[in-house]
Amino acid sequence: MSLTGSFKPGGKHGLSSKESRDPIGIAVAALNRVAQSDLIDRLRLRKTTEAVVYNATKSGFKAATTASRTFSKKGKRGQAGVRVKPASSSGLFDLNPTEDEQMLVQVVGEFAEEAVRPLASEANEACAAPDDLLKASLEIGLPILGVPEDLGGISEERSAMAGTLVAEALAKGDMGLAVALLAPGAVATAISLWGTDEQQQTYLPEFTGDSVPSAALALNEPSVLFNVLTPATKATRTEDGFVLNGVKSLVPRGGDAELFVIGAELEGQPVLFLVESSAAGLKVEGDPAMGVRAAGLSKVYMRDVKVDAGAVLGATDGTTYRECVRLSRLAWCALAIGTGQAVLDYVTPYVNERQAFGEPISHRQSVAFMVANIAIELQSMRLVTYRAAARAAQGKDFSREVALARQLCTQRGMQIGLDGVQLLGGHGFVKEHPVERWYRDLRALGVMEGGVLV
Amino acid sequence: MINLETPKKHKAFIEQAHQVAMNMLRPISRKYDLAEHEYPKELDMLAAMVDGLESSGASEGAGATGVRVDKPTEEGNKNGSNLASVLSVAEMCWGDVGLTLTMPRQGLGNSAIASVATDEQLERFKGTWASMAITEPAFGSDSAAVSTTAILDGDHYVLNGEKIFVTCGERSDSVVVWATLDKSLGRAAIKSFVVFKDTPGLKVERLEEKLGIRASDTAVITFTDCRVPKENLLGSPDIDVKQGFAGAMATFDNTRPLVAAMAVGCARASLDLTRDLLHQAGVDVDYDAPANTQSAAAARFIQLEADWEAAKLLTMQAAWMADNKLPNSLEASMAKAKAGRAASDVTLSCVELCTGVGYAETELLEKWARDSKILDIFEGTQQIQQLIVARRVLGLTSAELK
Repeated sequence: MSLTGSFKPGGKHGLSSKESRDPIGIAVAALNRVAQSDLIDRLRLRKTTEAVVYNATKSGFKAATTASRTFSKKGKRGQAGVRVKPASSSGLFDLNPTEDEQMLVQVVGEFAEEAVRPLASEANEACAAPDDLLKASLEIGLPILGVPEDLGGISEERSAMAGTLVAEALAKGDMGLAVALLAPGAVATAISLWGTDEQQQTYLPEFTGDSVPSAALALNEPSVLFNVLTPATKATRTEDGFVLNGVKSLVPRGGDAELFVIGAELEGQPVLFLVESSAAGLKVEGDPAMGVRAAGLSKVYMRDVKVDAGAVLGATDGTTYRECVRLSRLAWCALAIGTGQAVLDYVTPYVNERQAFGEPISHRQSVAFMVANIAIELQSMRLVTYRAAARAAQGKDFSREVALARQLCTQRGMQIGLDGVQLLGGHGFVKEHPVERWYRDLRALGVMEGGVLV
Repeated sequence: MINLETPKKHKAFIEQAHQVAMNMLRPISRKYDLAEHEYPKELDMLAAMVDGLESSGASEGAGATGVRVDKPTEEGNKNGSNLASVLSVAEMCWGDVGLTLTMPRQGLGNSAIASVATDEQLERFKGTWASMAITEPAFGSDSAAVSTTAILDGDHYVLNGEKIFVTCGERSDSVVVWATLDKSLGRAAIKSFVVFKDTPGLKVERLEEKLGIRASDTAVITFTDCRVPKENLLGSPDIDVKQGFAGAMATFDNTRPLVAAMAVGCARASLDLTRDLLHQAGVDVDYDAPANTQSAAAARFIQLEADWEAAKLLTMQAAWMADNKLPNSLEASMAKAKAGRAASDVTLSCVELCTGVGYAETELLEKWARDSKILDIFEGTQQIQQLIVARRVLGLTSAELK
């Protein structure tokens, strides 16, 4: 290993590979490296017996997940599972949610305001959702929203619209915690939508029971210009099943997940696989990011992970996978709307109370128009997302509608986050106010794939 | 149950409007863009057909008069004439905004009459083609600054003043004129009057030459001791200082979604053609693939279409609220603000995407990019809409947020 070679910039510390170091730069970099190195510690013979434990706030500790249960196989492999019917529409334009949906939104909305919001700041620091909150979310039925009634859930018909409204209401409390709370439901809903009889009988009773497993839908990968439709994670067919190799990133609650739905390429098509966390060769490490930190984001490493022939979730021709990607994007749009609403509700009283030049700053058009545009674009995001959600619930093609919703929530949602901070000026930049967190959270739009699903 | 699709009951009618736009308006679209101020005689036959549809009920109550608030007839969710109107206006403006604006008997004045007239007035003004005269040389957005006067003299009001930017001011057979009964009493004294064009003292002075919507005439009209029967005052003649301007401004809650719909229709014309031209150039949008992994043109197109979709749904929301008797002032302004700016962005970007083909007169893309500009100006500019939305959201008065 040449010294100069190892000091070539690029790939670290945010440096592009176009940077170059001159001799003084190399000397400074070397000095810095020695100063940081635990070599000094080791020379002093400090015992480095630190166990390799999962740490959600840091990357670089690979570990097996902290929890895993044995899911005993039940039901018939290859036999289609139970499916709920699509929602039926009267054909009229209507912006009123159903009575059931109104009730759900009210319950979840109160939960978000009273239980979620007060914990958001701390959970952001800890990169984890508090256990008590996770337990409370089970009581309001979050994980089984998309599970058919016949299988112990609460869904009588396709619940994409209800799921969208619930995700929005939760994210008004906090996006990171909302993702943590919705993560198991994403897997339960996926199994309900596409699972075989065996998969539904094996896994769903765990979600509808008292001890709901942590579970995660893992579609993201750590690559630039990542296209979710062409995952680098590979599945290869073996005699009795499949072998998976690859890395998934930004996976919610990967550290304590007991069951994963993993996206991988199989014979040229993107396919979903059910992978239990106890599988040999599966390792997880913390993958903290700019925002959505309370979701305990993680990387999942798979090295020759073997799954049996019944592990494929849905079709192997890419259709299930695409549907899954669309429904996941829909959920992210709903989250952006909730967070955007939180921003609007926060800046409105602030600009009315904050004084400058002898009057509230809201009395100036440059401030007031920013608030007006937040309101206009937020409602834009909401209507376009609702249209996609209603189409999904009715079993109609919603690929176009969800793409437009995602585009709008990415662009306009980020603008709302940006303006939220700007309207508070310097106060928006410090953690005393939540707008800086919402700014970081809203950047997740257009980046995140998977994790949540309606 | 939440559903944001075009109502099934309106589909056939909207398809009909689309066929009319395609087969009647598009073929003469460029002709009257070039021949500004020439009367599009082809529209007379079309107007007769629209009248026929209206009286037969086949038009679902759509059109300029579709904004009238009917008495509640049924319980529950209603899709009525407001929704039918915005959807059909969007279709017609997909054909041509200028020609739609100059459709006989479908003027903004007709919408104003439908919004605030008594049943007796509605009957009396039936069949008129009414244009709308608000703006004066000294003011635009500040409608409270009306200086045209109306002085009661026996059974008549005597009007004096000058109105500009009167759409269809030459072709219409009546004008809804905003005038003040007493300038010292401010907004509350502003009333609207239906003035027939043959009234002595009314004179069409000249026509404007414009950037776009050139098929539609825009007139300057003067009123000199123009005597109008007092029963032609729309609404109440009382000067209610408490109610202030609200009565007159209520018209805008109904007409703003219509103008938003014009923007939606015009922008869709650009999107439809650009999608096809891009396809011929080998660029197709993939809705599932991330925008940034596609060509820049495809990514841009998705962004334009997303803003357009938002504009359309905000417009439908505002109309749907009117159909369901919900106060929609905020939503009408949101729709107008979003649709106005989206239409500018869409039509101008489509010219840019189609480069020389977009800019040349051989295609209509450059025309739509000129037509769209007015839609972010009349019936309240972008900035006026933002002001209304801001005041509503922040709970501020017009004295606090100027």
